[in-house]
Amino acid sequence: MHKAELLDIYRRMTLIRAFEEKAGEKYKEGKIGGFLHLYIGQEAVAVGFISALRDDDYVIGAYREHGQIIARGTEPKYVMAELFGKSTGISGGKGGSMHMFDVSRKFMGGHGIVGGGMPLAVGMAFAIKYRDGDQVVMCFFGDGAVNEGSFHESLNLASLWRLPVIFVCENNLYGMGTAVDRASAVPEIFKRAQCYAMDVESVDGMDVLAVREAADRAVRIARRNREPRFIEAITYRFRGHSITDPDSYRTKEEIEEWEKRDPIPRLRKYLIENELAADEELDKINEETAAEIEDAVRFAEESPEPPDEALYWDVYA
Amino acid sequence: MAVMMYRQALNMALKEEMRRDPNVFIIGEEVAKYQGAYRVTEGLLEEFGEGRVIDTPISEEAIAGAGIGAAMVGLRPVVEMMTVNFALLALDQIVNHAAKLRYMSGGQIRVPMVIRAPQGAGMQLGAQHSQNLESWFMHVPGLKVVAAATPYDAKGLLKSAIRDDNPVIFLEHEMLYPTKGEVPEEDYLISLGKADVKREGRDITIICYLRMVTVALNAAEKLAAEGIEAEIIDLRSLKPMDIETITESVKKTHRAIVVEEDWPTCGTGAEVMARLQETAFDYFDAPIMRVTSEDVPMPYSKNLERSALPDEQKVIDAVHCVMGYECRYSRRTNIGSTPDRQRQE
Repeated sequence: MHKAELLDIYRRMTLIRAFEEKAGEKYKEGKIGGFLHLYIGQEAVAVGFISALRDDDYVIGAYREHGQIIARGTEPKYVMAELFGKSTGISGGKGGSMHMFDVSRKFMGGHGIVGGGMPLAVGMAFAIKYRDGDQVVMCFFGDGAVNEGSFHESLNLASLWRLPVIFVCENNLYGMGTAVDRASAVPEIFKRAQCYAMDVESVDGMDVLAVREAADRAVRIARRNREPRFIEAITYRFRGHSITDPDSYRTKEEIEEWEKRDPIPRLRKYLIENELAADEELDKINEETAAEIEDAVRFAEESPEPPDEALYWDVYA
Repeated sequence: MAVMMYRQALNMALKEEMRRDPNVFIIGEEVAKYQGAYRVTEGLLEEFGEGRVIDTPISEEAIAGAGIGAAMVGLRPVVEMMTVNFALLALDQIVNHAAKLRYMSGGQIRVPMVIRAPQGAGMQLGAQHSQNLESWFMHVPGLKVVAAATPYDAKGLLKSAIRDDNPVIFLEHEMLYPTKGEVPEEDYLISLGKADVKREGRDITIICYLRMVTVALNAAEKLAAEGIEAEIIDLRSLKPMDIETITESVKKTHRAIVVEEDWPTCGTGAEVMARLQETAFDYFDAPIMRVTSEDVPMPYSKNLERSALPDEQKVIDAVHCVMGYECRYSRRTNIGSTPDRQRQE
């Protein structure tokens, strides 16, 4: 990868981290309602995967998707305004944390039902094939989704019909408070996809370069051969399931152990050791992204709430 | 005008829309090679090929979701659920996704999709294959619900549903497929949201839809012989519901019953009655009554199935009640603990 691209990856990961930390603060100040599922710790997965896509490819996520929509290029201010429930939010203030949509960037949600986005990904890939296109669909979901029926129905259809879906399981080791080995009879999640005659891979989700390499391979093959791929990215969320999670099911030691593998310092170290960037250059990126998030908060604060009439908008087309 | 069966009218609508718009495709269980479990999709595979008429495994959730996903990016799927009972396996996709995507994306997404599903009882299929679930779908903002009673309506309504930019639940009735009626061979549309006065009358309004339209019309003929002129209104579209047409009718007749094959609790009739007391309370000379299925799972036995369903005589009895004659119509609701059965030792 070129230096510029690596720095862009660093910038996006930093931007997501700064966004999520700020969102956590603003939630505690009562500026944000509902649930808030933070992506802190998992940045390498969204950025590594999404940076491998073309602009005309589709991305669909689940409910921990702030990182994915920002990785896709949506300006953080529109995402923050959505969290604030403002009319300038990316979904007009009608979606909230779990329902971010940016159709102009082919980011197709933001889905709050575990496993619910997977059949939709199959449908979008079906449409690509129907129109003889060469795009791919990248579908993100968590380790909890693999125990839903929709997971199995979707993998079966995608493989049966040879649809270009890249299934990305973000295995952060816990579905809410339940550890994977307490939920899945086969805790190696990639094995559960294998029986659908699909190439599978497991990747270190804390290493953005490894993620990107796997993503490039998956995108290339899915596009060229028009077939699904399955990748499990082993990752970890440094915060609770949602912001109100007391985190009683994980030990402090475990969390600290994973924090040592933080993907952002890891990339930073790589860039410096390989003389791809100097400390000052990276510090400047950190300052810029922090400033961008401050602007995003200001934009969200100053934006108007949706008008009362908006209640009835867009129930039907 | 040709005389054809209800299922042939649906078939004609599908063919016409697929010829008109290359974005329209059919997806579902047994729709292609088998030609449709009720032969509604007969001949489509031959004409349009396997790219547009797609057999699926038995995976209702993924079938519905695949339709929604394709619709999200601009195709116009017609999803066939073999029966509405199986659509229960796809409820998450229908209710949590199809119905919500436009609203929660702030208007960025459209879901121009039709889910066709036969429903209803009368063929001794037992409790899991005989349900009428229209009110489940009517309850959900973001969905439209259509129910065609005649071959003519079936064609015009299905074509409109396919051209609609919203998710439309298009309910058919298993007993109606072989029924015949006149259907124009040219292109025509019936607007969603418009009821149809199937018979004019001055004395009582009978509000009905799907198979109950025929039942009500037959009852009306017998009532006419007694001098009672019933006005029969076929709702055709359950959501949105044409409350204006019903209201106008009851302002004339001052009496109404609803005839429906679903269960009474939270059923279509409950909705019609609630709406009418808002729009026409002062016009009523008698309480509105509902003729519904009995509040029980559908039994298999022929005689019990017949007892569970609304029929011509029940409609006549209910009309008599509302007209102030001797009231013979009764139906048990709020059944609590099951009464002890008399064991035949």
